Amino acid sequence: MTKRIDFQTNPSMYRHWRVDYDGDVANLTMDVDENGGLFDGYQLKLNSYDLGVDIELADVVQRMRFEHPEVKVVVMRSGKDKVFCAGANIRMLGGASHAHKVNFCKFTNETRNTFEAAEADSGQKYVAAVKGACAGGGYELALACNHIMLVDDSTSSVALPEVPLLAVLPGTGGLTRVTDKRKVRRDLADIFCSLEEGIKGKRAKQWRLVDEVVATSKFDETVAERAKEFAAASDKATGTGIALNPLKKTIDDNGSIHYSLVEVDVDREGRKVTITLNGPDRDVPASTEALEAEGDQSWMLRLAREFDDAILELRLNEMELGLVVFRTQGDPEAVLAHEAFMLANKDHWLAGEILQYWKRVLKRVDVTSRSLVALVENGSCYAGFLAELLWASDRSYMMDGEFDGDNRPVATVTLSDGNFGPFPMGNDLTRLETRFLGEPEAVGTLKGKLGEAMEAEDAMEAGLVTEAFDDIDWEDEIRIFMEERASFSPDAMTGMEANLRFAGPETMETRIFGRLTAWQNWIFNRPNATGTDGALQRYGTGVRGDYNMQRV
Amino acid sequence: MIDLINVSYDTQIPNNVGLSSDKRVLKALEKWHPGYINWWNDLIPQNFQKSMVYLRTAVSVDPKGWAKFDYVKMPEYRWGVLLAPEVEGRVIPCGEHMGQPAWQEVPGEYRNMLKRLIVIQGDTEPGSVEQQRFLGLTAPSLYDMRNLFQVNVEEGRHLWAMVYLLQKYFGKDGREEADDLLVRSSGSEEAPRMLGAFNEETPDWLSFFMFTYFTDRDGKMQLESLAQSGFDPLSRTCRFMLTEEAHHMFVGETGVGRTIEKTCEVMNANGITDPYDIDKIRDLGVIDLPTIQKKLNLHYTLSLDLFGQEVSTNAANAFNAGIKGRYMEHRLKDDHQLKNDTYPVWDFVDGKLVRHEVPALTAINMRLRDDYTRDAAGGVGRWNKIIEKAGIEFELKLPHESFHRQIGVFSGKTFDPDGNLLSGEEYDKRKNDWLPTHADGDFIQSLMKPVTEPGQFASWIAPPKVGIDNKPGDFEYVKLYMA
Repeated sequence: MTKRIDFQTNPSMYRHWRVDYDGDVANLTMDVDENGGLFDGYQLKLNSYDLGVDIELADVVQRMRFEHPEVKVVVMRSGKDKVFCAGANIRMLGGASHAHKVNFCKFTNETRNTFEAAEADSGQKYVAAVKGACAGGGYELALACNHIMLVDDSTSSVALPEVPLLAVLPGTGGLTRVTDKRKVRRDLADIFCSLEEGIKGKRAKQWRLVDEVVATSKFDETVAERAKEFAAASDKATGTGIALNPLKKTIDDNGSIHYSLVEVDVDREGRKVTITLNGPDRDVPASTEALEAEGDQSWMLRLAREFDDAILELRLNEMELGLVVFRTQGDPEAVLAHEAFMLANKDHWLAGEILQYWKRVLKRVDVTSRSLVALVENGSCYAGFLAELLWASDRSYMMDGEFDGDNRPVATVTLSDGNFGPFPMGNDLTRLETRFLGEPEAVGTLKGKLGEAMEAEDAMEAGLVTEAFDDIDWEDEIRIFMEERASFSPDAMTGMEANLRFAGPETMETRIFGRLTAWQNWIFNRPNATGTDGALQRYGTGVRGDYNMQRV
Repeated sequence: MIDLINVSYDTQIPNNVGLSSDKRVLKALEKWHPGYINWWNDLIPQNFQKSMVYLRTAVSVDPKGWAKFDYVKMPEYRWGVLLAPEVEGRVIPCGEHMGQPAWQEVPGEYRNMLKRLIVIQGDTEPGSVEQQRFLGLTAPSLYDMRNLFQVNVEEGRHLWAMVYLLQKYFGKDGREEADDLLVRSSGSEEAPRMLGAFNEETPDWLSFFMFTYFTDRDGKMQLESLAQSGFDPLSRTCRFMLTEEAHHMFVGETGVGRTIEKTCEVMNANGITDPYDIDKIRDLGVIDLPTIQKKLNLHYTLSLDLFGQEVSTNAANAFNAGIKGRYMEHRLKDDHQLKNDTYPVWDFVDGKLVRHEVPALTAINMRLRDDYTRDAAGGVGRWNKIIEKAGIEFELKLPHESFHRQIGVFSGKTFDPDGNLLSGEEYDKRKNDWLPTHADGDFIQSLMKPVTEPGQFASWIAPPKVGIDNKPGDFEYVKLYMA
């Protein structure tokens, strides 16, 4: 699987999903094209999905937020007769490299989280209308919806058959959401998760696996009714959507990518990539009307889209670039002005969505399995939400004092209200709260420094950067850090960073990315699942996987 | 273009590394310099600081004339930074990067390993000066006093060399490590020197000679290995240090040799033929040969411990990384990667010593120690020639490497100098025959009377065959400051 994966798509290119808009309700239909797999070697039967299907879903969810702010309820259903969704395609998983499986799961998890949070974030509620078999990743899609309706036809069921059937886990949030979101009793969950055929009808409701069970004859009607009810109860801010046009990007032969505000500079020999985010190239919108008129060209939105795309490109297409170097260049004052405009207008649907989007992008950075380092150079604009990158990174290095022959403004870090709430991490704490778990009062002290452009000495004193180096040391220290980092085992780095990044309380989100994913990735590496006689390879042969019966 | 042969004195620090155009490192070194001078001034007794000493100063790296001799007060000695000239097209001589161009900058991957090696090497240099700080007060002659100070200032210069590398190539961390080299101190409770042998006292001149012969020779072997480093600045630094180190070994070998010579001469003059007639020999104010053997046993075995564990992962890593080679790596005829080679290493099986083959990569320390033992045997042979010539029946011997060891497979076990395993009881009973006792120390100490007349020597040591810089026998090597 060496083909370059493009995360950009649009409705005219969809092969697997349809959306019908009906006022404040959108009907989202999953109708996977069997022959539309991203790679050769498998057919997407029974509404099973691969990364291509999920890229379209992510696009649907994103456009729902920006292009259809009038939508308050999204009803997800199947376009097939007897099946809602059979989950991730097993042949695809069986043939995929470990790295692809891991990144596929991460991306699908992020998409599930996104539409699950759409209700709390901007009042778009996803409802699953389940008819037919809803198994594995299919039920995980439903679980991420905030209301599940199951037809009571004595055949349709919900199931997580991964363990008995495939010797892997329901790893797209399945195990976590059953206990943490649906709050299914753990012994019942244990039965449910080891039952190939799943649970149907009233028992599914009794066990809290679905919210309601509806007779076949009344199903469509009830679903429509429920959608209307939910829509009526919503106080979502609405407006007229903007179009998300294709990003303008060019990719060099060496893999470097150029966007309008983001530069991705690949250093293959050094196994690293530098992502430069550029500060505002236009003024703060004069009003929310002006913001709407700018559409997808407003600075903060454009930057978010380009940055998001860049991260995804690296994750799936550049496995060997182990170190991501963040740089920013621009006017910190201007950054703060744009952010302040959004924060002041956060109840406006579009300003709100842009802030929410930045929250998601920063979370995407948090769970990116690459060593992340932020360089605070002269001329940089780590202010407000862009300063979050300093604490999303594993380390940060700041220029201290004058640099020979460098006439850019001296490096500073500036805090804003944006650093104290609107962009929480998966653990529901801000990055500053997470950083200063051991000295919570430090966060309060930092609030007193809002708007203050802190130079290296102050930023070090405040604990905002890892190290500050002057002209004498900068170049060598940075080079040596990068070379050292590139020499460590990528596996050990991934594990170490993932553990150190998420201090503090567990949430469903941290449990999915930390606990569930880590166990799943372990199982993906074990012969019982992925060996030549393992369950994934033998799936469909009628012969069970040959298991090593030793408990580890 | 930097003139690599003629050292530039245009800055405070003599150097051939273009310091004057490297403002950043120059600044860092000049900042470190006062701390160093303080260290030096606190260390050596004041009247010696003010004395004029006939010292050689490294002024160039040209093998034909790298040093000049002149009187200088030690605090005014020009400690410089001198690297052997760069060899064009030099490649990494060993390990997994073999054949690649030698590193001119620190490879990030090996930064910490390299830093540790340089810090350990650097830590030994001031350590020995600290150990020898009071010896000037009991020097057996001005000639010997001058040699002591020569060794001291050159160890000081070697510290400079290591500090230069730390400051030039290891940034902030390197500067902190350079400062710490002045914080640690030999024998200190709070912050001792890193290696055990450098925290032992050097109580008398025979110890000093033994130290320079045996322990400085470990330093030589380490420098030889580091001279093979793929990190070129380290290699070049060590290559030049080796030219100075040779003199230290000379001081040790001739010092012990002159002691032996005097003992034999006095024995013959008084008709003593039995070298074990210790009391009689000592009464004549010279050190008996059995006691010299005991001192040899002690210093040789302490020095063996400096080579570390016989089988060592650290040493294997350093070799494989190409940052430390083997002794004379360039002359060895193998793959220089030790992919399939083995090397015999001592082990202890069923109460017996055996040598068995282990992967050569893990036996780098053992190999270097064997090279050291061969190297150290040369001088012992020459000492025996002196005894033989005097017609006395006695032979000095290097003890078996299992004897009196604190590190490696032999540590914690009691062997005699021939390598026989003894019971603890038996060992305790005979220990005093093999290692210097306090009484031996008291006796040697009683001989340590300073002699400061030019051309005069203490009772227990013969004059040298030739003077330093071919000076005549009565040359005043140190013009002592009289308060």
